[in-house]
Amino acid sequence: MEISNIWYFLSALTLLSALMVIMSKNPIHSVLYLVFTFFCISAHYVLLNAQFLMAVNIIVYAGAIMVLFLFVIMMFDLKKNIPESKSSLTKLAGSVVAGTLLVILIAIVRKNNIPAPLGDKFNSQTGMVENLGQVLYGEFLLPFELVSILFFVAMVGAVLLGKREAGERNF
Amino acid sequence: MELITTVFIAKAIIVGVVFAITLGVAAYSTYFERKIAAFMQDRIGPDRAGPFGILQPLADAVKMFMKEDFIPANSNKWLFIAGPCLSMLTALMTSAVVPFGDSVTIGGATFDLQGIDVNIGILWVFGIVSLGVYGIMIGGWASNNKFALLGAIRAASQNISYELAMGMAIITILMITGSLSTKEIVEVQQNGHWNIFYQPLGFIIFIICAFAECNRTPFDLPECETELIGGYHTEYSSMKLGFYLFAEYINMFISGAVMATLYFGGYDYPGVDFVTQQFGSNVASFVGVGALIGKSLGFVFVFMWVRWTIPRFRYDQLMNLGWTGLIPLAMYNVVVTGFGILVGKPFMVSIAGLVLLIAALFVYDQLLVKKKIA
Repeated sequence: MEISNIWYFLSALTLLSALMVIMSKNPIHSVLYLVFTFFCISAHYVLLNAQFLMAVNIIVYAGAIMVLFLFVIMMFDLKKNIPESKSSLTKLAGSVVAGTLLVILIAIVRKNNIPAPLGDKFNSQTGMVENLGQVLYGEFLLPFELVSILFFVAMVGAVLLGKREAGERNF
Repeated sequence: MELITTVFIAKAIIVGVVFAITLGVAAYSTYFERKIAAFMQDRIGPDRAGPFGILQPLADAVKMFMKEDFIPANSNKWLFIAGPCLSMLTALMTSAVVPFGDSVTIGGATFDLQGIDVNIGILWVFGIVSLGVYGIMIGGWASNNKFALLGAIRAASQNISYELAMGMAIITILMITGSLSTKEIVEVQQNGHWNIFYQPLGFIIFIICAFAECNRTPFDLPECETELIGGYHTEYSSMKLGFYLFAEYINMFISGAVMATLYFGGYDYPGVDFVTQQFGSNVASFVGVGALIGKSLGFVFVFMWVRWTIPRFRYDQLMNLGWTGLIPLAMYNVVVTGFGILVGKPFMVSIAGLVLLIAALFVYDQLLVKKKIA
């Protein structure tokens, strides 16, 4: 089988499951379709020979963030909390905005002839852990460390928000 | 093209054999769990089906399949079915990267006795473990039962909490080995240089997290019957319940295999060179497979032993242990290991770190006790 066929199949699957995220009525189904979308994107990473990104994508998004999403949605009473259907004017405005964005994006991609990576210049090992580590801890050390500080601040904030205050009882 | 098909067939055979071994071990784990429980409680245990009751797993399987397969009226039917399927799927997927043995040469071609040797091996294990919670959560939610939902939410928060400490414990292994590939982690440990000697603290953290990830006692709160009836599988019956229980036993065996790979030298065993000289490298590799499975079964026994020894934790105790106990310990372990690598004596420093930790805990305890008395 041609590798491009796999790519077409995967892309179709990704788009389909991404569409199902916004089209399914049940929020739990939406979350599960979103998880499936992340798996499809991970499969794209494998096609690009970026195994590390694939593993990290699954661990962080499918394994941690989406579990928390599921967690929160399961806590809702779905029968009470289904948002009301928007009026047809809102729907129309939404479709116009989304359609314009789509046209702009396609126009940008077509205008900027993004050069395809040349066969002999392209290094197939770019996505491997060793090379990624070399780049992250060499060329991009400062941004990488700054991101870790950002995460740290976010973590401290979350702990502070979740902290029980004196005299308060949660159970 | 010829080469690709040979490799493909070899891999298919390896995957099939690993699959069969895993299922067989999981089936007989149920039997041995009951036998060990019986031994510890001074009973006889199952002894009716066949000699010593060894046909009990077969009888159980027949019973499970013959029972009525009940789906609650207000449940979400598809997700209710998907729950146990996902549990089994994620339980079986982890074994793909476990190196079951060294390479074997048959007819001039060399095969590694491993599903896939990817350079992200241990991250694969970690990713699949983090997906394991979906089966439980979906099943618990789809049952449309408060107790099942509570059990599922407990399972999810427990797994997420203990994954952090588990990841931190694995980091020290990666620091020593310098590779994510499970194959390389095992190769570094050959000839008795097992990581357990360099990482005693890391191993303790990892095995506690493995207990929590497998939902085994003392951390089996998702199915705590005194509070939650049956937990996430309250509404399940027949083989769907069987799959949930089966997935737990598979997880036990695979986590045993992962622990053997990371800390106990994988397929390494004393006297590899002797066996290689006497019988050739192929026999030595197959003995290595036996050694790895033996180590995993040893861990399965430890799981059962603990189940019938230690009572269940309370839920806030579980969360406290995970977040304020194991994660700081794992961070301390990372610092100590880093210092050991810097100095160039990982073994001495790790032992010194452990002794220092125990001493510090002892002194802290003494001070606290004196404060309480005064």
